[in-house]
Amino acid sequence: MKSKRSLLAGPYLFWSVAFIIIPLVMVFYYGFIDENGAFTLENIAAIASPEHSKALWVSIRLSFVSTIICFVLAYPLAMILANMSVNQNQFIVLVFILPMWMNFLLRTLAWQTLLEKNGVINMILNFFSLPSLNIINTEAAIILGMVYNFLPFMVLPIYNSLARMDRDVINAAHDLGANWIQTFCRIIFPLSIPGVVSGVTMVFVPALTTFVISAILGGSKILLIGNVIEQEFTQASNWNLGSGLSIVLMIFIILSMIISAILDKDGEGALL
Amino acid sequence: MSNKLINLSGINKSFDGTMVLDDLNLYIRENEFLTLLGPSGCGKTTTLRIIGGFETPDSGQVFFNGEDITNLPPNKRQLNTVFQKYALFTHMTIAENIAFGLKIKNKSKSYIDDKIKYALKLVNLDGYEKRMPHQLSGGQQQRIAIARAIVNEPKVLLLDEPLGALDLKLRQDMQYELIRLKNELGITFIYVTHDQEEALTMSDTIVVMNQGYIQQIGTPEMIYNEPENAFVADFIGDSNIIDATMVQDKLVSFLGCKWACVDTGFGNNKPVDVVIRPEDIVLKDAGQGTLDGEVTHVIFKGVHYEMEVMAGGYEWLVHSTSMFTVGQKVSISVDPFNIQIMNKPESEDEEAVQIEE
Repeated sequence: MKSKRSLLAGPYLFWSVAFIIIPLVMVFYYGFIDENGAFTLENIAAIASPEHSKALWVSIRLSFVSTIICFVLAYPLAMILANMSVNQNQFIVLVFILPMWMNFLLRTLAWQTLLEKNGVINMILNFFSLPSLNIINTEAAIILGMVYNFLPFMVLPIYNSLARMDRDVINAAHDLGANWIQTFCRIIFPLSIPGVVSGVTMVFVPALTTFVISAILGGSKILLIGNVIEQEFTQASNWNLGSGLSIVLMIFIILSMIISAILDKDGEGALL
Repeated sequence: MSNKLINLSGINKSFDGTMVLDDLNLYIRENEFLTLLGPSGCGKTTTLRIIGGFETPDSGQVFFNGEDITNLPPNKRQLNTVFQKYALFTHMTIAENIAFGLKIKNKSKSYIDDKIKYALKLVNLDGYEKRMPHQLSGGQQQRIAIARAIVNEPKVLLLDEPLGALDLKLRQDMQYELIRLKNELGITFIYVTHDQEEALTMSDTIVVMNQGYIQQIGTPEMIYNEPENAFVADFIGDSNIIDATMVQDKLVSFLGCKWACVDTGFGNNKPVDVVIRPEDIVLKDAGQGTLDGEVTHVIFKGVHYEMEVMAGGYEWLVHSTSMFTVGQKVSISVDPFNIQIMNKPESEDEEAVQIEE
């Protein structure tokens, strides 16, 4: 019986070895050798060079700001969705997921067309004799792209944690004398923290590693760490440096996940 | 005991066009253990939620101590609720759960600590302060839910099928516990259940409800011994309900026989329903009683034998401590005092009974 069950795990086991473990080992292998194949820490230390550390810092800053904007937009929306009757909210949830059915690249390119100097938004603004907007190729455009693309990943987990909440728990808080604000701060928000944490992770991590959004909406002026790594692999053909920087990025992702896990634990009931 | 603490007046409530409560009028006296009893969908929980403030009636008013509280939110009402699935705050310790209402009211720390100790002692869970709700069994969680409510010293405690999820033994223990609590605390209990045994055991007053109407209000003894209609008789305990004709005062005719009874004032030759409890039927040897028949089923139930007797074209349910065998010829006899006469449903209120049957 036991061997039969482990047999069922076979396909996934094969998958994870072939496409997760081996590539990971290869990244680490390339990251710790130089072009002659000798062991080195230079590729890791390369993060300290001004251009690399700047790219990493910009990445962290922009993903952090995007995550906060996503959270601020998503939480009230998730609350509204969770309070709706099932028929209504299925429609609204669909509206939010609908853009995700469109190709990621296409959506981002669409924003480029909208934001360009002679793009749709500026045409409309000019038509009304309003000053034109110059946010293409700025950090603001990248943040906009990140928020637009990753917002559903923040809404859905928060919505799930709110919708799963027992209505009577909220009723019990009212019953014990709490008003709406007290109920929200002491009961609803603490109970939704697991959803918030997974939402934050699902927005922050892809935002930190993206290179497509910054390439399309940031022009070549703003380099994120994702763009640097991509260039090392595709243009400079320096796999060793690319792998080394990837490892550094991985460490930052693991760090951010540890921080959110700690926040989750302490966050329970700690508000107010 | 005579002071009307809560008064519901002309309450109507419907959900999505379905009438749940229809012109409900009910008062609850101070220090009373009142049970709302009925099958699911009878409106008992909705009534409780209207008293608690979680639902607003479509029309009608709720008075608390003479004051109209119909539109007062739950957090402003002087009553607390114990919810069906406990509704404990899973992210807080037991002590924090119990302290919740007191912290909202800005009580001092020493007051809160004393209250937590007192409440845990009251529900026999001393020393559980630091545990989390998920570490407790269902029965223990239920006690915490009760403790969390009573530390606020409410005038009224509302309980929504609080024992529904517990097993039989635990449920019986908790029934005695609740009676003890009520007597110790001296607060009014409004209790919702579909379990008639629970209602009979604990209540001072039982309100039997069906399809949004109150069927009967009375003490457990009144409800059991003198059900006002067939629904109440059928819902409370086992019973034989038979179509009959009231021949004259103290004489009723059914299944082709005339039976002496003690009821008067139903008029002459009026159609009525007769209720006879299975334990009130005396089985005698054939020819010795009022109606002869034959035993068709016998089941041993522990305290008594449950038997079915075919007599006069009706299958009688009989409880007896003496055993009869299947196929045995017997004769049914009933003490006139144990024949309960009920009016046939006439009014709209009682029509609900017919649909249910």
